Amino acid sequence: MTVHPVLRGLVPALALIVLAVAAPDDARAAAKKQSVKVGFIGPLTGGVSANGLGGRNSAELAVMERNENPDSKFLYEYVALDDECKPNIGVQVATKMAADRKVIGAVTHYCSAVALGTVDIYHRFGMPVIVWGAVQPDITYGNDYPEIMRICGTMINQNEEAAKFMRSQGYKKFAILHDTTDYGKSHKDFFIKYLTENGGEVLGVFGVTSEQQDFTAELTRIKALNPEVIYFGGLTPLGVRIRSQMDKLGINAQFEGVSGIKSDSFIEGLGKELAEGCLSFVEATPVEKLPDGQAFLKSYAAHNFAQGPEAYGPFAYAAMTQILSSIEKVGPDRKKVTAALNAVKDDNTLVGKVVYDDHGQNIVPIITKYVVQDGVWTIWEDSEYASGKRSLKK
Amino acid sequence: MELFLQFCINGLMLGMMYALVAVGFTLFFGVLDVIVFSHGDTVMLASFTGLGMYRLLEFFHPGLGAGWVVFWVLAAAVAVVAVLGMLTARFIIMPLRGAPALNTLLATMMFGTALREAVRLFFPDGSNPKPFPRLLPDWSAQFGTLNLRFDNLVLFLTGALIIVLVHLLITRTKLGMAVRASAQDAEAAQLMGVNFRLIVLVTFALGSAAAAFAGVMNGLYYNEINFNLGLMLGAIGFSAAVIGGLGNIYGAICGGFIFAFLQTAGVAAMPFASAYKDVFAFGVVIVMMALRPTGLIAEQSSRRV
Repeated sequence: MTVHPVLRGLVPALALIVLAVAAPDDARAAAKKQSVKVGFIGPLTGGVSANGLGGRNSAELAVMERNENPDSKFLYEYVALDDECKPNIGVQVATKMAADRKVIGAVTHYCSAVALGTVDIYHRFGMPVIVWGAVQPDITYGNDYPEIMRICGTMINQNEEAAKFMRSQGYKKFAILHDTTDYGKSHKDFFIKYLTENGGEVLGVFGVTSEQQDFTAELTRIKALNPEVIYFGGLTPLGVRIRSQMDKLGINAQFEGVSGIKSDSFIEGLGKELAEGCLSFVEATPVEKLPDGQAFLKSYAAHNFAQGPEAYGPFAYAAMTQILSSIEKVGPDRKKVTAALNAVKDDNTLVGKVVYDDHGQNIVPIITKYVVQDGVWTIWEDSEYASGKRSLKK
Repeated sequence: MELFLQFCINGLMLGMMYALVAVGFTLFFGVLDVIVFSHGDTVMLASFTGLGMYRLLEFFHPGLGAGWVVFWVLAAAVAVVAVLGMLTARFIIMPLRGAPALNTLLATMMFGTALREAVRLFFPDGSNPKPFPRLLPDWSAQFGTLNLRFDNLVLFLTGALIIVLVHLLITRTKLGMAVRASAQDAEAAQLMGVNFRLIVLVTFALGSAAAAFAGVMNGLYYNEINFNLGLMLGAIGFSAAVIGGLGNIYGAICGGFIFAFLQTAGVAAMPFASAYKDVFAFGVVIVMMALRPTGLIAEQSSRRV
């Protein structure tokens, strides 16, 4: 076979080019670690964005710390997307992230309605995720997907504790308001279940749409029912409007919210006076009280984030840490990481011991009760309400 | 009885807000035969302008009396939104006069979206709900379960006053006569020496000013505003104008109160299904439109002949 002289000359030239490109690459690879992407999805804009930004920062902190550690095997690249707390947007960004094969795992969703809509996507793409803030039970219990894990508790625990606590404070008559998303409806269902089991009485149940502005009609009816407590199952923006309009109508009942209103923007939106005495229940231990909490807060402050970690930040941090540790252990492979996460038992994390059951649900729940005192969400046991100095509305 | 009265008060407050928005829709339709879908977002912009003005005052004149604060907040909202209304008319609606009505509708709808997104992106932290300051005294009187609030009364009376003023302006002044003449027959009016362009601009300023008041009222009444509030208010204001009979001011006012009544009645009558109050209210609107396609008070039918 004869080779054309021009081509013959080309071969060594090509070889040289290949070498020229490859050689520095090899040299770089030795100095630089392989880059691996990990993701975060949460509401970064909109009414609950304070929580979303806290989660984003906390998860990013876990990635930063890992990258600062010289012993880590990979260089982690952090991708954060905004689901706006809207299921349709959530589905889009989840697909975008899952379709990017370089993203090995992600910490996803604060809003239950969004998480419920996206679990199928993660399963289809085989991407392991740990839910960091959405508490609707079906997210883990409504499917058998090994890819879906959840580090925070479910609203079942939260409402059981809330119902028992309210009864122990001597309240008997409740009016229930809830938003008509899966999140609000499930809160209502579980609260009513545990309330009636514990001898409470539900005077009326009112569903409201999640964009509603005016609640005077519902609240007027509630006022006529004369309840001791108005329970609201929903998120901060509606919570602010309802509490504010209760005042406008002169309703003097105790306001009880769920974990969805436990954010600083709730107090900011209402002002100190109206927020005073509002209750919320969260399936988390406050970060200051966690064994490693002080170290976390210190590191968080040292990394100069513009917003605070908020209630669920530590969950996002712990979840991201678990994903990173699994990647370190089994390498950047979605299937292997899923298996490694499923096998997690008695992992000591920032948020305490984590044990995933066969649905990927962390079954070590801790519920903390909060009351607003002087414009700050205060742990019930530390508040002047518990010590008897102040009292809730009767 | 007290319960009924409380429902009435809630409904009247809502109705006044809707009526103020509907008046704009109906004025624009009357003069130019166009539906300006950005009108709801104009209301939202007024709320945010008011809030912005409040923050400026707080910064530059921290000790200013509450009365003056309300005055400046309102003045800023009215001025900004009236000018915006005129610009909308001049640069979006007038150039499209010869085009099919659908074009105007789409153009204004897109303009509304642009306004909404602009506030969301450029107002500091604009995508979150903003607390609106409580500027009116919060005196209230309690009768059993009935709660009467002084600020509600002030808002309601001012709203009513504005509607009466708009009405007087349209029916009793030379300017109003020119507006009515242009509405009836633009060409004939022009032949009689009416400056049609000027009349259109005045009408848009007027309608937008009413919306500005609705926006500030919305803020003062709920003490919370968000970039999205114009969407629903626009849909409701438009429906109110349609059930009243597009082009007729009384119709728009009636329509506004009817819609508020429907929403309130939806909750009062069906407490078990309060989440469906909008479904109920809009459903009734569809039925009313089927029964009276021209609206409750039809525009002069001779106009079209």
